[in-house]
Amino acid sequence: MPKRYLSIWFPHFATDRLVRLHPELRDKPFLLYAPERGRMVVRASSRTLSREGIKPGMVVADVRAILPSVEVFPNDPAAQGKLLKDLAEWCLRYTPVVATDPPDGLILDLSGCAHLWGGELFYLESITSRLSKGGYDVRAAIADTIGSAWAMARYGSSSPIVEPGRQAEALQSLPPVALRLDAVILQRLEKLGFRQIGQLIGIPRTNLRRRFGDVLLSRLGQALGTEPEVLQAVQPAPVFQERLPCLEPICTAGGIEIAIKRLLDMLCERFFREGKGMRTGTLKGYRIDGETVQISIGTNRASRNAAHLFKLFELKISDIEPALGIELFVLEATLVEEVSEAQEALWGMGNSDQASIAELLDNIAGKVGEKAIHRYLPQEHHWPEHSIKAVASLEEQPETAWRTDRPRPLHLLPRPEPIEVMVPLPDYPPLHFRYRGEIIRIARADGPERIEQEWWLQTGPPRDYYQVEDESGARYWLFRLGLYGGGKTQWFLHGYFA
Amino acid sequence: MKELGGKKEMIRQLREQIMTMEGFSSGMDGQRLDFGLGPVDRAFPGGTFPAGAIHEFVSPTEACAAASNGFMAGLLHVLMKKGGSCLWIGKGRKLFPPALKFFGIEPHRVIFIDVRRDKDALWVMEQGLKCKTLAAVVAELKDISFAESRRLQLAVEDSRVTGFVHRCRSGAMSSLTCVSRWRIKPLPSRSEGKLPGVGFPRWEVELEKIRNGRPGIWQLEWRAGVFRHVSVPNQAVSESQSSKKEKHYA
Repeated sequence: MPKRYLSIWFPHFATDRLVRLHPELRDKPFLLYAPERGRMVVRASSRTLSREGIKPGMVVADVRAILPSVEVFPNDPAAQGKLLKDLAEWCLRYTPVVATDPPDGLILDLSGCAHLWGGELFYLESITSRLSKGGYDVRAAIADTIGSAWAMARYGSSSPIVEPGRQAEALQSLPPVALRLDAVILQRLEKLGFRQIGQLIGIPRTNLRRRFGDVLLSRLGQALGTEPEVLQAVQPAPVFQERLPCLEPICTAGGIEIAIKRLLDMLCERFFREGKGMRTGTLKGYRIDGETVQISIGTNRASRNAAHLFKLFELKISDIEPALGIELFVLEATLVEEVSEAQEALWGMGNSDQASIAELLDNIAGKVGEKAIHRYLPQEHHWPEHSIKAVASLEEQPETAWRTDRPRPLHLLPRPEPIEVMVPLPDYPPLHFRYRGEIIRIARADGPERIEQEWWLQTGPPRDYYQVEDESGARYWLFRLGLYGGGKTQWFLHGYFA
Repeated sequence: MKELGGKKEMIRQLREQIMTMEGFSSGMDGQRLDFGLGPVDRAFPGGTFPAGAIHEFVSPTEACAAASNGFMAGLLHVLMKKGGSCLWIGKGRKLFPPALKFFGIEPHRVIFIDVRRDKDALWVMEQGLKCKTLAAVVAELKDISFAESRRLQLAVEDSRVTGFVHRCRSGAMSSLTCVSRWRIKPLPSRSEGKLPGVGFPRWEVELEKIRNGRPGIWQLEWRAGVFRHVSVPNQAVSESQSSKKEKHYA
């Protein structure tokens, strides 16, 4: 696909920023300054001041002498850089590939995007009118190359759209400064009488290289499209993304549902073609007031079932605040995984059964949170609390067998609860114990089973476990922490047997 | 004689028809699962444990809750024999997964959902019961209303998944649409011969309510992977049993 680029230039970027922050400055003469070699030098001047002929590079004291009423502010390049980046991100609604062009420009790769707005002219007008409504002085141009779009935006006087392949003609009458050259080369060109780019185009390349170096040739090549130029996008272009611009701003849940359905259908069709599925996805809504709202979903296994994914999004639609309306929906699969057609059978089930359980869990995760879902596998540890590990995946199978050689209670208290016991020495089970004010007499008992601390994980006294049964038949798991004669011992209730 | 046999057959068929009309199946997909409950089976309509329905368990104390979970695990063992998974929903869950292995369940085939509110537990249970591939859904709840149980019943009628509602230390008892209500109480175990120590888990299983069946009380033991009916109860227990029975029918 032939590339098309849009270059946006904000001629009064720094001062427009200040006017937006302080609207009372709108028609006042003011300037931004920065220290340079011990003097205060003008870096940017307001629109009214520029008309007076005050240009960046003048000394502030001179300007004050000409116009005593001028207000001065320090220049803040960091904030300007941030604003430029924010604007670039705002422009993501027009194309996925946007780059900043410091200090005061943006470059958009609009290849394949313009038709959504009904043509390049409407596309350009849409962006420029929105930006100028926002208080920015804007010039923009569309061309085949970044270089020519940049030149036309800043120095062009004719139509802002350069037809495909016509950049050489468009550049003919522009000054050499439109080629993004540095001051030394520009001075030399000026001295030799090169006033227009058209004069340069006809000269043999070897002569140009000898006199001006490779830089001029590569800049010329980039502008004419004979040399490639790479755009440093503010956000890497997402691979799995679908966009849906709306004719009218959408502000109802029903409308959002339709938008999600359409986007999912488009995305899932691509997933099927490429054998992939979505693990996490984000839906962004660009509102007409300039804000973006977004909702995200995650799945337990890669899915390309549009109906299922829609259900997950549906649970979160209520989180979207459409305000005055959403004009563009962007659905992006932020994490994509291969869907293997023949996945190993899980728990003796078919593939479709597995998928239906995974979908059920996705629904649950969407409603009560992913942290609510647990699955456990055995771990080779004797310490009861360490003998299981939680796993996130549904496919993971145990590496070791579940042990049944030692009694383990069906109910394990989250933390052992201290009890008071009456116990004969040395190693007999308790005769009775008191738990929560109730005395429980023990009729039968098994044990002890000594479980030592795993010294590579934690240190401390061992536990001696007893399985005991009271007179009514309730079965408990008790343990004594510590050894007799070796300091303090304490008894705990740790669980209930069935 | 032949005519009589035909009539019996006809009556049996009619009974089955009535039961299916009442939203009550005699087994999963027409095939009967043997839960090995022995004499308890006679209490059920059709003589077999009603799978594909919702059962209610009531546990007033922590020890009873453990006993109920043990009994449930024994039933799950049969339900999960064919493969498939089980959903175990709870709030402040105490179940220790490795212990399920003692009841013949592979603990990694159970998916635990730990929720914070009863409302979420019910929502998850309803979703789970709609998923035909699950073998069973267990939910530990404090309270459930009649209307909520009705929703679960509707979900189950379509999918034929077995559901267990376990009400631990709940307040007022309300009547639910569940097919049965069980109360499981631990009983003193008996070991073989004169061996000291704790024996196999033994419970007093009370079927307090069963639709189209006969309630009753039995003593069961879980031994070597199956339920065993304890036919010779000791003196103390049989007394309490008979007194309870009187109370029940009074």
